[in-house]
Amino acid sequence: MSDVHVDAAGHGEPSFSTKAIWRTFWILLIITVVELMLAILYYKTSFLPKHFLNGIFVIGTLAKAFFIIAEFMHLKHEIKNLILSLALPAILFVWFLIAFLWDGNSYKELRNKYDSYHVQQSKTPAAKKPGVE
Amino acid sequence: MAQVVPAGQKWWGGGKSPYNVEYGKLMMWFFLMSDAFTFGAFLISYGSIRFSSNSWPNPNEVFRTFPGVPGEMPVPLAFVSLMTFILIMSSVTMVLAVASGHNNDRKGVVKWMFWTILGGIAFLSCQAWEWTHLHGEGAWWGRNPFMNADGTQSSTNFTNFFFTITGFHGFHVFSGVIINIIMLIMAWRGSFDKRGHYLMIEKAGLYWHFVDLVWVFVFTCFYLL
Repeated sequence: MSDVHVDAAGHGEPSFSTKAIWRTFWILLIITVVELMLAILYYKTSFLPKHFLNGIFVIGTLAKAFFIIAEFMHLKHEIKNLILSLALPAILFVWFLIAFLWDGNSYKELRNKYDSYHVQQSKTPAAKKPGVE
Repeated sequence: MAQVVPAGQKWWGGGKSPYNVEYGKLMMWFFLMSDAFTFGAFLISYGSIRFSSNSWPNPNEVFRTFPGVPGEMPVPLAFVSLMTFILIMSSVTMVLAVASGHNNDRKGVVKWMFWTILGGIAFLSCQAWEWTHLHGEGAWWGRNPFMNADGTQSSTNFTNFFFTITGFHGFHVFSGVIINIIMLIMAWRGSFDKRGHYLMIEKAGLYWHFVDLVWVFVFTCFYLL
């Protein structure tokens, strides 16, 4: 039979290898532990600029997302048609993120420029509330 | 690519699935895509509000308690690290269940589904504890007892987004646990053996991994950044 088709059980894909699963687990765990250690180190000693750390956290998060989708959800082992049908719409997130963060930032700048009450409020130290620390 | 495509094969020529997956699995992927945009909209609106604020509470100050430990932990984020570990672990047991299903190994599926459900329940319990604790500190929708990192008065945006987004995620975990319990019962009763395949486990698995995937983003956005 020349047609490539899925049988009822979807067998046709290679079965999962337990070794790859545990490898992915260790990758996810190590990335998470490194992120936490950097966060705690920054909290204790202000080591490394916060913006640089945020960059590391975002890259770590995207790496983890890639491994979960590729290995745990098995997408890496599906055919290209399926991968692209999911990956191409996901590109919308790039615009989504840039547009809305940009907008938030611009709102902050406009308020700081024109709303002197708001500026004053955001510079006044808060009175400690009873019962909170 | 798993499938070796014969030369001259046309995927879109008709007569076969161009995605080479079963219908239900494809629909699960498309559902997860739409759910990803729902979560994305939540998290991006959180980011947008945070970018528009002059200051924001420091997560290291807010999240630093641990059940059974009086006062504050010497290191922040200890509890949330445990929650993250539990969820990653339950994702691993889920793939192991799917792998067992591939080999039509009923006992393996039942065993690993059991551990996955246990992990899900453990995660939900941790979240219930954290919510209860924060509520006890005076945090809730519309109430924010925490100060901004620079010592100024914080708005309720912080708590509103925190409870809405972790709540929406927790609800996904909850429904995932329910789905997994149904899958466990069906596997245990041999329904999948009668069908001759364990594809339902794979679909439940996709949903469960997605919940883990969303947590990775929630974790970064609320606890690290």
